[in-house]
Amino acid sequence: MAKLAKSPWLLHYDGSSCNGCDIEVLACTTPKYDVERFGIINTGDPFQADILMVTGGVNHQSENVIKQIYSQMPDPKVVVAVGICACTGGVFKECYNIKGGVDTVIPVDVYVPGCAARPESIIDGVVKALEILEKKREAYAARKKAGA
Amino acid sequence: MVKEFSTIPFGPQHPVLPEPVHLDLILDDETVVGAVPNIGFIHRGLEKLVETKDFKEYVYVAERVCGICSFGHGMGYCECLENIMNIEVPRRGNYLRTIWMEMSRVHSHLLWLGLLADALGFESLFMESWKLREQILDMFDATTGGRVIFSVNCVGGVLKDMDQSMLNNILNTVNDMEKEIRPVTETFLNDYTVGTRLHGLGVLTADEAKVMGAVGPMLRASGVSYDARKTGYAAYGELDLEPVIDTDGDSFARCRVRINELFQSFDLIRQAIGKIPEGDISVPVKGNPEGEHFMRIEQPRGEAIYYVKANGTKYIDRFRLRTPTTSNIPPMVELIKGCQLADVALLILTIDPCISCTER
Amino acid sequence: MEFLNTIEEISMDKFMQEVIRFKMEGWHVIQICAVRVDGGYELSYSFGRDYDMRTLRLKVAEDETVPSITQVFHTAYLQENEAAELFGVKIENIDLDFKGKLYRISRETPFKEKG
Repeated sequence: MAKLAKSPWLLHYDGSSCNGCDIEVLACTTPKYDVERFGIINTGDPFQADILMVTGGVNHQSENVIKQIYSQMPDPKVVVAVGICACTGGVFKECYNIKGGVDTVIPVDVYVPGCAARPESIIDGVVKALEILEKKREAYAARKKAGA
Repeated sequence: MVKEFSTIPFGPQHPVLPEPVHLDLILDDETVVGAVPNIGFIHRGLEKLVETKDFKEYVYVAERVCGICSFGHGMGYCECLENIMNIEVPRRGNYLRTIWMEMSRVHSHLLWLGLLADALGFESLFMESWKLREQILDMFDATTGGRVIFSVNCVGGVLKDMDQSMLNNILNTVNDMEKEIRPVTETFLNDYTVGTRLHGLGVLTADEAKVMGAVGPMLRASGVSYDARKTGYAAYGELDLEPVIDTDGDSFARCRVRINELFQSFDLIRQAIGKIPEGDISVPVKGNPEGEHFMRIEQPRGEAIYYVKANGTKYIDRFRLRTPTTSNIPPMVELIKGCQLADVALLILTIDPCISCTER
Repeated sequence: MEFLNTIEEISMDKFMQEVIRFKMEGWHVIQICAVRVDGGYELSYSFGRDYDMRTLRLKVAEDETVPSITQVFHTAYLQENEAAELFGVKIENIDLDFKGKLYRISRETPFKEKG
């Protein structure tokens, strides 16, 4: 990645995780890992976010919240599933209140493995997400130009 | 004239809360007159998994109740089974558990201090606290291979040993941290902004704290000298330990208790490293458990109670975990009544809520 | 150091009386736990006073109702609601009854069936 096309804003939502991945996502923004040096800001507002990071599997209650947040984000947008629970349901897959990974509810672009996902791999996932975001942006612009 | 109240929803997504919790607040103008807690956003139902998983495997599930208190949860579950099966954990194993447990407490309290600073809008203090916390996580990484979930507990002891150079390494880190942490803790204790927001906010008297069942730093900040570590599980029985108490009972006292506990934990780690004996770290486990046991463990957030009921097969009948936050929510709800709307977020934060633990 | 950690069985007719006595003697509720057993439930009410802990064990049939202890210990409401919602224990007159809407799970009383 030569340079960043823009400064993407992150939105983090805790599906039904154990907190492990959440504090690692938060740790990414603090001095040791510091994703903010790439211009990435952790926002709380879905209307201003480019990348949605979801930790933990999806349950009956968080399902609608995740759908709503996703629909509120402007196009183009990228979803990153952080941690094995968000990817597949992980260790909680067999629990009665877990539906499965995030992709059972919304389309996921990047899967970050790990229990808990390490900050290095989370940053890696974000960088991958940026490439996808750029492609989506170009496609979106082309569609707009074609008048679709 | 009929008084008009307004009800406003608080959460589940709130800038101050790292985890989803929801409160219905009933307001008379700016003053809160009623609050109803509403949880269940991250309920997974993992207590149920114990019926279909081998009891030795379930340790890994128990650790994943919560990513912040993970070591304690694994240990509490193992201690329960060891009590049922009459297993004597080797002394070195117990000392290693104690060291890791105290490291967990340091990382949890630093995390909380950071979140508190963030809630106060004190960004640089948040960053400083979390920067210090990384040193402890590095030690976890070096000793267990994980930063937040460690998987080093097993029924009968621990899975990984530390050699002398590693122990020295921890000792040096702890000694360095104790010096580096002073400017941060002094800021919390003496800064004007922190003080004005926390002094006199949410006062809980000793009697109220006892009756409502508050636990951990919340109980001790109200002047009650109770710390489950005094019951002497793991190696705590062989270490010098006095509960850290404070008498004011307000939010500032809760903050001060946690800061003093940081130094207490550093001291306990030093004591444990000084006394750790040579020997095995675990004993082999034969057979299946039968019986039941209640175990009280002092987690960073307060006392947690573990209950295991086993029936003689490799699948356990029931695993129950009463977490500190479950106990602290009712007193928190009482504290919120009567405070200003702007202080609600701070009050929720001062009990150091852990929703993943609570809902399991 | 050894501290009290006992489990005492108790019958339904003496139960409330015992709970009130605990309150008078300065104990407080620290834990409530339900276990599914054949034909009913086993309820454990743990009380703590300093470092001591005593647990009352109440056995109830599947459709038997249990009086709520929230009239005596108000703060027990969260854990009583939990037992009612996850196990289907019929607890009467809970102060602040969520009526099965505490966790709002999609499956009713998941702990009632084994396995």
